[in-house]
Amino acid sequence: MAKFGTRHAGDSKKVIPIILKYLFLIILTLIILTPIVILIFGSLKTRGEMYSRPYTIPNPPRIENYIRILTGSTFWRLLLNSIIVMLGTTFGVLLVCSLAAFIFSHFNFRGKGLTYNFLTLGLMFPITVAIMPVYLVIRQLNLTDSLLAVVLVQTAFNISGNIIILRNFFNAIPHELEDAAYMDGCTAFDYFWRILLPLARPGLSAVAALTMIVSWNDLLTPLILLNDDSLWTLPLGTMQFQGQYGQDLALVAAFVSLAALPTVIFYLIAEKQIVSGLTAGAVKG
Amino acid sequence: MAAQYQPQSAQESQGPRGYGLTRQAKNRITIILFLLPAIVIFCAFIIYPIFRSVYFSLFDWNGLGPATDFIGLKNFKRILTDTIFQKAVINNLLIAALSLAVQLPISLAIAIMVGRNFPGRGLFRTIFFLPYVLSEVITAIIWLGMFNPNPERGLVNALLELMPFVDPVTFLGDPGLVLVAIFIVLSWKYFGLHMLLFMAGLQNIPHEIEEAALIDGANHWQMLTRITIPLLGGTIRTSAYLSILGSLTQFTLIWVMTKGGPVNASEVMATYMYRYGFVRFWLGYGSAVAIVMLLIALIFSLIYRRLMERQDYLAA
Repeated sequence: MAKFGTRHAGDSKKVIPIILKYLFLIILTLIILTPIVILIFGSLKTRGEMYSRPYTIPNPPRIENYIRILTGSTFWRLLLNSIIVMLGTTFGVLLVCSLAAFIFSHFNFRGKGLTYNFLTLGLMFPITVAIMPVYLVIRQLNLTDSLLAVVLVQTAFNISGNIIILRNFFNAIPHELEDAAYMDGCTAFDYFWRILLPLARPGLSAVAALTMIVSWNDLLTPLILLNDDSLWTLPLGTMQFQGQYGQDLALVAAFVSLAALPTVIFYLIAEKQIVSGLTAGAVKG
Repeated sequence: MAAQYQPQSAQESQGPRGYGLTRQAKNRITIILFLLPAIVIFCAFIIYPIFRSVYFSLFDWNGLGPATDFIGLKNFKRILTDTIFQKAVINNLLIAALSLAVQLPISLAIAIMVGRNFPGRGLFRTIFFLPYVLSEVITAIIWLGMFNPNPERGLVNALLELMPFVDPVTFLGDPGLVLVAIFIVLSWKYFGLHMLLFMAGLQNIPHEIEEAALIDGANHWQMLTRITIPLLGGTIRTSAYLSILGSLTQFTLIWVMTKGGPVNASEVMATYMYRYGFVRFWLGYGSAVAIVMLLIALIFSLIYRRLMERQDYLAA
């Protein structure tokens, strides 16, 4: 509170609006955080405490719910599947999109505009709209119940936006470097791999961070492609867990807290990359 | 596709080493090889499936055995005359309208409030954006708890109970309230995204313009409505686009919270498609629903693009 005091020192007309601003922002903070805090409180209570004192600070905190979940195999299996899918999709998106974005930012050829517009068509319809068609083809290919199918479909639906983001990042890299590299006898692939990608690292990490979140949180693709529950991912398993143990709110709260934990940690680490990816994508729209 | 090609810098094709044709041939191979993975995956898992679905949408097909029962456009006729589907479309449009009318202005106000050099800006941004990174499944389960009709289980009703003469409200069981409840959750989750975009947009407005307006005697309100908001036009349009497209294709949150109920009161196109296509496994009918959704999304996108092109033209 001291900081703004110095900036507008003596300007008493501005102090009250600023206090109101902070008041408003703090109320908003409470609205955002309360549901999450209540969830965490609940996860640290017994089933009985959850019903008798649902909103209080857990006293003493009980970790039985967490122990019960972490000593079972379900949570770990879901976590492992989610990690496999997330890494696969992120790798796929980075590879496919950076190759294509390199062409769109560094080459001219007839049909370039057309190809670009075609590959960015995906922006016009999110996965929800096309999941039924996708299911039919995956079924026809006998690829249901495989994590590979989930990876391929997630990759396909993340191509359009990420080509745009990466192309913008690649465009920002000076072309003189390219000329110099070719003079030195580099092939296009050498240039792409050894010069462009290292220089475009902020763009690549932005795309990676965004894709990781999208893949990690996706319910629809695994819901539709995976029947075998040994292959389920966290969102799918969380939904199922809530249905199965819905009466034990404290246990569900613990499961949901554990499922949310990796995302929250990742968000706090990679906030900068996530934000830069989202804004880079949106600027171009 | 790649019949003619030339490196972007002219200097290079007439380069001193006279690489000439081999260079061009190499470029051509590079272009094809580098674009191939994207094109193959995009076609195999998006474009081809959509055409395949157009075909299946003409059949009465339950997925067992091949589709043989050709019924022409009957699926489409049935979808468009089904009052539940009509309700779903209206609900999608209501969510989109509420997002535009409530969620975006609030996000914009907060972004302007937090401004460019507000102490605590980074912290508020981190907190407000947090719900966006949580999955919709987690968000839905958290808010199922919040909206529990029993004040001893749901915080919203516990707070309402503090007020005199207010009875507990079954938000998710009341056909008149369920959409409002879902909209509250959607806003809780997504306003941070729009705020973030607006904050980035504000960052791009040169401060000098606003200061000049203030010096010329504009008050803060005039500066906001005549300068800041018009200059944010591009960001606002992007935000509106994302918001409408998201509203038209919303599935997970509604499916986990209400499954489209009670009595279809929160049905949207995607839950309708899931119910018929996957729960009842009417693959032909489900395909037709998917095609209708796809067309609606495409038409919206094309109209939007056309409008925006005109906007930019006028602005230029």
